[in-house]
Amino acid sequence: MAEIHLKSLAHSYDTTANPPEYAIRQMDHVWHDGGAFALLGPSGCGKSTLLNIISGLLVPSEGDVLFDGVRVNDTPPQDRNIAQVFQFPVVYDTMTVFDNLAFPLRNMKAGTAKINTKVREIAEILELTDVLDKKAANLTADEKQKVSMGRGLVRDDVSAILFDEPLTVIDPQLKWKLRRKLKQIHEKFNTTMVYVTHDQLEASTFADKIALMYGGQVVQFGTPRELFEQPNHTFVGYFIGSPGMNFLEVERCDEGVCFGNTIFTLNNAEKKALQHSKSTNLKLGIRPEFVHVWDKPNDDAFETKVEFVEDLGTYKIVTLTFAGVSMKARLQEDQQVPQHTAFISFPEQWLMLYVDEFLVAKESDYE
Amino acid sequence: MSLTLENVTQIVDGQYYINQANLTFEPGSFNVLLGRTLSGKTSLMRLMAGLEKPTSGRVLMNGIDMTGVSVQKRNISMVYQQFINYPSMSVYDNIASPLRLAKESEASIKDKVMEIANMLRITPFLTRLPLELSGGQQQRTAMARALIKDADLVLFDEPLVNLDYKLREELRIEMRELFAQRNTIAVYATTEPNEALALGGTTTILHEGQIIQTGPTAETYHSPCNVIAATLFNEPPINMINGNISKNEVTFDNTVHFPLTSELNVLEEGEYQFGIRPSHLSLLPKNDDDLEMSVQVEVAEISGSETFLHVRNAHFQMVLHLSGVHRYQVDEKIKIYVPTHKLNVFEKGGKLIQSSSRKIEDNYHG
Repeated sequence: MAEIHLKSLAHSYDTTANPPEYAIRQMDHVWHDGGAFALLGPSGCGKSTLLNIISGLLVPSEGDVLFDGVRVNDTPPQDRNIAQVFQFPVVYDTMTVFDNLAFPLRNMKAGTAKINTKVREIAEILELTDVLDKKAANLTADEKQKVSMGRGLVRDDVSAILFDEPLTVIDPQLKWKLRRKLKQIHEKFNTTMVYVTHDQLEASTFADKIALMYGGQVVQFGTPRELFEQPNHTFVGYFIGSPGMNFLEVERCDEGVCFGNTIFTLNNAEKKALQHSKSTNLKLGIRPEFVHVWDKPNDDAFETKVEFVEDLGTYKIVTLTFAGVSMKARLQEDQQVPQHTAFISFPEQWLMLYVDEFLVAKESDYE
Repeated sequence: MSLTLENVTQIVDGQYYINQANLTFEPGSFNVLLGRTLSGKTSLMRLMAGLEKPTSGRVLMNGIDMTGVSVQKRNISMVYQQFINYPSMSVYDNIASPLRLAKESEASIKDKVMEIANMLRITPFLTRLPLELSGGQQQRTAMARALIKDADLVLFDEPLVNLDYKLREELRIEMRELFAQRNTIAVYATTEPNEALALGGTTTILHEGQIIQTGPTAETYHSPCNVIAATLFNEPPINMINGNISKNEVTFDNTVHFPLTSELNVLEEGEYQFGIRPSHLSLLPKNDDDLEMSVQVEVAEISGSETFLHVRNAHFQMVLHLSGVHRYQVDEKIKIYVPTHKLNVFEKGGKLIQSSSRKIEDNYHG
């Protein structure tokens, strides 16, 4: 197990280009030993490039990769002591499940007794005990993926296990099972795990910390809760949450910021941040989950038109027009949706101010 | 144009791919086929398209028997999971190709390509080659080509599987809007319950080549006709517990006893299966007659805004879908509450007897 340090790391596929084009723009991150991390982002954001740099398939053009403080830039993948699980399960079809799981241990010349104990322990956890004697070719897709994972887990010495979209080809019902298994395994073994996905639910349920990537950069590195509650960039607000955050383009006014005739007051930290900036790119953001919807007017609520309601089973999404701008509110299954006209309010705690697309923290940095 | 399948059966090498399918899709309707991998979704679409001939039964379009008429003679488009474009043609030429085959004038082709490209937001890429585009843009190109010729029937076979989560969310909305303005029948195959719900329209649940249930999507979700439908159309999977009802109590799995509540005492004594949606379970009692159960925490999957709490007792496992972040230690003992009026009660292994008495509101789509 290892701590992974990405030190002043950057990568360009073409170092001769002028100006250089970066697939990974310079970053510095320390991923603590035993943590569960997710690299999340849209396709083309650089998450696979970053994973390949960690695994050693790619040598970064700038900066270093350190495992427990040791520079591994030039160490080939097979010498980095990492296990990898890919989108498509990699199993040896002609071998039994037992032999598949035993393979990494036999390569290390482990003793028969040790192999036996370890393989059975892992098989038990992954619920593969009943199929240990089966040929891998005869397994279902999710069983094969469990074998792939199991091969990563049998070794005690792995620095990290890297997962590259491991659940993409698995049916939804089984996805739930496998995801839960993975979580339990992490809680039991505390191996450093890095999980690449474009699925926010997979990332947020698996990881202690998510690196949300966009355009070769980690735009936010934080707990799933931080990404949800305090998105530090409008892209995070948009990408996390379903649907993403609502944004209102606002202007400066004496009392704070204005959206048409509607005035939103700001707290001191936000006011100070505005004073320090000349930008006119100002937005207020609020998550659909935090928009309060009423059927009658009240002092804090704004009148909106109900455009349509989507019943998504466990919850509903209401699309509303507020002063010409479309907004979404997420309601519980049992909550009544007002017809035609709804009144909405924004709890101050959840209304975020963005200047030039970056969050202004509710607590002041200017004290 | 309407599409009707009449007792359609397809047998290949003695195996039933499709077993006695009966369906009618109305003109301008959006229809989801929901089922696991190998449940028969692709087979059914190939039969609809005329790519396969049924072993027995008829395929009617507008009431006219089209069984055996080849796909070339029908006005049909298909979009597959793996985006298929002509690699050597520009995006523009890819989209224009069906109209060129139909010998339309270049002026009319141009208008139509611009319109559909605009709608799918690929106008900036029209001069590029498909392989120079991102996956999402490539799939939109394939979709544009499928939509440009105003087909009577457009078949989508898990078209968004390979795309980003966010892109999928956006394309689903685009598709809904696109079809709202058309007379085309859209059929969309997916393995994901949440995708079916997001797409709306009607949903047909398929399992082992058989149609289990069909109806408006939200209604089908809220009133599953049997155990299979309830199991397939819920994410996370619905909690299913065997139990029985006697004169004055209900018992889950022969072990957990509750006094009979007013919701359940209308049922005859006997064996049942109880379906409890993860989102209906709670950590605090919400109603006087909620059933209290003692369980142990297996694992909590916490997203930024929700918690999926997996629990068990000595006999069964359950999952709770909770709003907000709830942290628990593994093996922690907690109490959970089951609202009896939200139970779906099934005949053992069979059909729905009592649906959650929740009233389905008039949800209107604008």
